[in-house]
Amino acid sequence: MERSLAMEILDILAQDARTPAAIIAQMLNTNEETVKAEIKRLEDEKILLRYSTIINEEKTESESTIHALIEVKVTPQYRQGYDAIAEQISRYPEVRACYLMSGSYDFMVLVDGPNLRNVSQFVTEKLSVLNGVVSTGTHFVLRKYKDNHVVMPLSRDDYRQVVTP
Amino acid sequence: MNYDHIINPVVVDIPPSGIRRFFDIAADMKDCISLGVGEPDFVTPWNIREAGINSLKNGVTCYTSNSGLTELRELCCRYYKERFGTDYSTGQCIMTVGASEGIDLAMRMLITPGDEVLVPEPSYVSYMPCVRLAGGVAVPIRATSDNGFKITAEEIKRALTPRTKAFILPFPNNPTGGIMNREELSEMSKALIGTDVVVVSDEIYAELTYGGTHCAFASIPDMYDRTITINGFSKAFAMTGWRLGYVLAPEPMLKQMLKIHQFTILCASTTSQMAAIEALKHGFETNFADVLSMRREYNRRRNFVVRQFNDMGLDCFEPLGAFYAFPSIKKTGMNSETFCTRLLRERKVAVVPGTAFGDSGEGFVRCAYATSMDNLIEACKRIKEFVNSL
Repeated sequence: MERSLAMEILDILAQDARTPAAIIAQMLNTNEETVKAEIKRLEDEKILLRYSTIINEEKTESESTIHALIEVKVTPQYRQGYDAIAEQISRYPEVRACYLMSGSYDFMVLVDGPNLRNVSQFVTEKLSVLNGVVSTGTHFVLRKYKDNHVVMPLSRDDYRQVVTP
Repeated sequence: MNYDHIINPVVVDIPPSGIRRFFDIAADMKDCISLGVGEPDFVTPWNIREAGINSLKNGVTCYTSNSGLTELRELCCRYYKERFGTDYSTGQCIMTVGASEGIDLAMRMLITPGDEVLVPEPSYVSYMPCVRLAGGVAVPIRATSDNGFKITAEEIKRALTPRTKAFILPFPNNPTGGIMNREELSEMSKALIGTDVVVVSDEIYAELTYGGTHCAFASIPDMYDRTITINGFSKAFAMTGWRLGYVLAPEPMLKQMLKIHQFTILCASTTSQMAAIEALKHGFETNFADVLSMRREYNRRRNFVVRQFNDMGLDCFEPLGAFYAFPSIKKTGMNSETFCTRLLRERKVAVVPGTAFGDSGEGFVRCAYATSMDNLIEACKRIKEFVNSL
């Protein structure tokens, strides 16, 4: 089954966002201009939103960041359902991600902060007092073992011999 | 002890694999990039590894029946039926120690001393030794790059003699990456009609066919009864180290191969068989999505390296199978051996001389693109610098 050029490009960039257009063109048997134009279209149409990194924070020198998953129960608002409150939550820069969930609570909010106190303050002073929020449950991340499909620390070795038949 | 009188001269006369020497040089070299590795760079998918581990945890550490686990053989037959349209029953399947054992079984079952076996060249390093160890005479059919290293009916007719017992059909091909599609195989098969020549079809790279679907030789009209189909889990499921393959053949031939297998191997590894059940079961449940994404990844690298070689002036025909590119290095004026040795010493890139796969591989080198894009980019850069420096 042939896939669209866009899907192929997104697949390659998802693995390595730094892959140059010239290389992508050769991988997909097309020319660089076509790839560049397609990437620009994907960016313009807000399909390709950002080229991000995955960092093993434990190995960095900077002060560690605290991550928390917060379960939020809300009362859906008249005529707006969950959208209005979701938008309000999402505006906070501390919030890395906000998902509407099935199950026993409504939103899963991923929050980053410099320390425990800072994240706790955010929950008690900003999140839980929002109009419509019924309750919150905060879970702090103790350690990341895998993030975005990358197992940390990355330890994959190539066990193959140098030349084989 | 005078070993010269003791050791079988047939064994002594078989030259060691031409790949070995490059391995020895490259293994000790720092910063060497190897395009010499003839196996997937993917690790066996986790669900398959887990199935193997669980079988050990559960104490499944006994022998299986000689031919292998019935459930697995059923799955292999279903796989051939659904993927390649060829009907085999469980009684027509033996699980082997890699596809390599299948080649050996077929040769030993068929050959009486002096029988001839047609072996296309260039091709996998094991065929010729297997024929000779079984007491046969390997008759090379020299394929050329002009037609993408395919074999024609004419070439077979020219090579046939009253002593021809079998013909090894190695497509998709290692080292050339060449394939033969249904029309080409049908046309070629005409040369066999009216003979009793058995075709040993090594289809280990079947899943790595680009821009089309692999054609199983047994599915060509009138060829089923004379075909021994050989395949395995190494390439399609990245399971090289598990050493698991299978042979599918008409019962009269299979029954005899089973005897050889029974007395030399007993049965293929039970752990590997348990893992392979998961590979196929999960494959059917997901429409072989893992295989598809692996092929998609190889295909991009294939496009990349072929373009690179052609751009740097090393003519490379488009390989539609396996994970090898086989560019011609004739323009450099060097032979394959010198090219590879100098490339390795001067630029630290390991590729394998075409001559390791038969004399007709002269003028070519085998480059496996089963390695990361970063490695491929760097390797192509170094090869280009090397070629330009000549």
